[in-house]
Amino acid sequence: MNIIDRRLNPPGKSLANRQRFLRRAREQVVKAVRDASAKRGIQDIENGDRITIPAGGVHEPSFRRAATSGQREHVLPGNKAFAEGDTIPRPPEGGGRGSQGAADGEGEDEFRFVLSRDEFLDIFLDDLELPDLIKHKIKQAQATTLMRAGFSVTGSPNTLNLVRTMRNSLSRRIALRRPKPEDIAALEQERAELEAEGGDPDAIRAMTEQIELLRRRSRRVPYIDPVDVRYNRYQAVPKPIAQAVMFCLMDVSGSMTEHMKDLAKRFYILLYLFLRRRYQAVDIVFIRHTHEAKEVDEPTFFYSTETGGTVVSTALVEMQRVLKERYPIEDWNIYAAQASDGDNLISDNARTAALLRDGILPLCQYFAYIEVAAEYHTGTGVFERDTELWRTYRMIAEASQTLAMRRVRTRRDIFPVFRDLFARNRAHA
Amino acid sequence: MSALLFEGADWDYDKLWRTYDAIEAIAVTELGLDIYPNQIEVITAEQMLDAYSSIGMPLMYKHWSFGKRFARDEALYRRGLRGLAYEIVINSSPCLSYIMEENSMMLQAVVMAHAAFGHNHFFKNNNLFQQWTDARGILDYLDFAKGYVARCEERHGHEAVERILDAAHALMDHGVHRYPRPRTPDLRQEETRERERREYQQRIYNDLWRTVPKRAGVVQEPKAVSDRKKLLDLPEENILYFLEKKSPRLKQWQRELLRIVRHIAQYFYPQKQTKLMNEGCATAVHYAVMTRLSERGLIGEGAMLEFLQSHTSVIFQPDFDDPRYNGLNPYTFGFNMMQDIRRIAEAPTDEDRAWFPEIAGQGDGWGVLREAWAAFRDESFILQFLSPNLIRKMRLFHVRDDSDEPVLRVERIHDERGYRAIRQTLARQHDLAYLEPDIQIVDVDLAGDRRLILHHRVTHGQLLEPTDARSVLRHIAALWGYEAVLLEVSAANDAVLREHSASAPPVAID
Repeated sequence: MNIIDRRLNPPGKSLANRQRFLRRAREQVVKAVRDASAKRGIQDIENGDRITIPAGGVHEPSFRRAATSGQREHVLPGNKAFAEGDTIPRPPEGGGRGSQGAADGEGEDEFRFVLSRDEFLDIFLDDLELPDLIKHKIKQAQATTLMRAGFSVTGSPNTLNLVRTMRNSLSRRIALRRPKPEDIAALEQERAELEAEGGDPDAIRAMTEQIELLRRRSRRVPYIDPVDVRYNRYQAVPKPIAQAVMFCLMDVSGSMTEHMKDLAKRFYILLYLFLRRRYQAVDIVFIRHTHEAKEVDEPTFFYSTETGGTVVSTALVEMQRVLKERYPIEDWNIYAAQASDGDNLISDNARTAALLRDGILPLCQYFAYIEVAAEYHTGTGVFERDTELWRTYRMIAEASQTLAMRRVRTRRDIFPVFRDLFARNRAHA
Repeated sequence: MSALLFEGADWDYDKLWRTYDAIEAIAVTELGLDIYPNQIEVITAEQMLDAYSSIGMPLMYKHWSFGKRFARDEALYRRGLRGLAYEIVINSSPCLSYIMEENSMMLQAVVMAHAAFGHNHFFKNNNLFQQWTDARGILDYLDFAKGYVARCEERHGHEAVERILDAAHALMDHGVHRYPRPRTPDLRQEETRERERREYQQRIYNDLWRTVPKRAGVVQEPKAVSDRKKLLDLPEENILYFLEKKSPRLKQWQRELLRIVRHIAQYFYPQKQTKLMNEGCATAVHYAVMTRLSERGLIGEGAMLEFLQSHTSVIFQPDFDDPRYNGLNPYTFGFNMMQDIRRIAEAPTDEDRAWFPEIAGQGDGWGVLREAWAAFRDESFILQFLSPNLIRKMRLFHVRDDSDEPVLRVERIHDERGYRAIRQTLARQHDLAYLEPDIQIVDVDLAGDRRLILHHRVTHGQLLEPTDARSVLRHIAALWGYEAVLLEVSAANDAVLREHSASAPPVAID
């Protein structure tokens, strides 16, 4: 007998099957994921979840008898009171009580299973893409790293490639017929033996000449020649920036209701999830502002209220400060999302516009402005006036691809707006 | 120093070895079992789920349906709706048994007795397995199959392979030779055959043939029906085999895929016919082994109580009116029959002597069982050995369900008049040939539109489930390349009760 411990075998043996299954059920799974994400809070989205899909698309048919026609016989255990000839009323589901009827019963109407977090996000964020990848590449070129790239004939001694060098040396020695030291030694040995035996002096002389010839030859053909030497060659290649920082800017003045903050939060979470799938590390910086701006931690950002006026430029100044201190542009991809109800001090508009256009946008990969509005507004849409901030930003957005702006009113809008911003073929991108 | 083999729930390799040796002493010397060499593999719960999803085999080609099964089992397991089997055992030599790391030491002992001795003995000695499966070759064959499917996926694309496998899986139950012994699949032969076939085709390929003008005006005479059927070996009930050999539009690799699925179906064919006996045998063995271990003072009382608790839950049989009822539990029924046979052999009543003159009072209960395990399958086993005593004990009764009548009728119960009828009906419920619909390919219109004609011989008015039948028929049409028609023909009077048809997809599958 053998006992073998297989517990350490690589897990996920059925992963390939699972991928095939998800691909097969793709349509239904995508639909189920979209439905699920509409229904539940976005905070939970990250966890992945149980997904229920109709069994139709993944049903495996086979020839089997219908449960409803013909005569069938059953032998059942546990008779209590029946005697021969008794009748039993037909059970409601068409009498599927036999030994064969129930085999396929489970999961026929619908099929439930659990999607992992990654699978869920894959489908959830499918066909979304980061904007401005071209510009992004140019920015990346500022940091480089050295990579091996073949061999060269020049270099510093510490990059000498011994294997290559010796291979070249060997082939050159073979080509130029450099005598082997063993051969010379063997000849000398033979001559010594001849001399000891007092052999033919002519033969000894001929041998001596031959040895001389070989010696000269091996002096002329060096063991290692400068033409043999090879060095490892290194090339500088641009280093991809694998980290991103995401700035969450939000107006927390009194006019922002809980509903508005909730909308903003949902948008931030989506953006965060999205970025995290593209970068190894994602930092988040929360900056809230009233008439003055401050960097805060997450709970404070979302849950504490402040009173004061609204001066948007302060947040931008704060963002610039944090950027300068902690996130040098050559090491970080910079994203920002600003949420506001659109109020701003009228005299601040010009300053905000200037800061954004000249200070912030050139540094950012993407700057999303989300204007959150009350869930139920009173006026009709036609007469709704653009807010201060909206008008200010719109002028910049027309000239910039980095700035995108959308209005969000209800929870339902969040995901479509998000998809709209990052959809693969953005019309104006 | 205690004489116990183990104490407490934790297991380690030492304990496993010690226990295995003790079990072997009992199983081989006292019960007289004859086994393949054993290989016991310790696995995790996830690996157990893996093994579940690929129909219990350690190697399997990739297909989405295995992923589906895994997803469903995993969801059920995670929600606690379903426990995992304690073990999986594979009919191969050496005989592989998987045991889970979560099991307690007591369970590991039961599992070893159950799988590594009970099932193992059955696999090695039952004549169906001896005739139909090749325990030594199966793992190699699966390895070949897995590699072959993977290569096909690389060469022809996932979708093309998936289409063929989907169709083949739908027909898996109809890909079995029921009568002649199949040729042993052997890895090396398979590969050589496959390679030679390809090389031959490359060698005889000559572009000139394309340019030879066709002779005009020669019309093939339509052949007589009997000639044509003879030419195609019709009727044929092995649908996969027929399509593999005779389908005009399949490519070589597609035929090979059908062949692989067919071989695997063939491999499992004996298991489907001996479920009851196989489980009964293993359960009887583990019960006897554990009882003996306890009698010899090798396991403690705590372990024995734990064993009895899990044993009784394995052989729990809910009554027919219990909401948990889901057919006869093969463990219970099999175990009961084994115990009953031993009782008949060792301590018979007068009734037993009348019913089973050959074995009653014969004395060697295990000897009788070993012979029964070797020579029978479920259906014949029940027909031969189900005793009135057991029918009474399980209170079996026979119900007729006729869809034309408003009520079900109790035909027989456990009394003198009922024993034989119940035994017969129950045996038929375990007969695959009776359980699976009888579907055969009967004709092909070769000179005409090449329509494939299948018949389903309808017995007792049981028609096929129409949606499924149409889906499978579509698969057949796709493999055949032309239209396929399925007629449901009454076995009693040859009347056509229902007709399904499916046309081939507009482009040949490739």
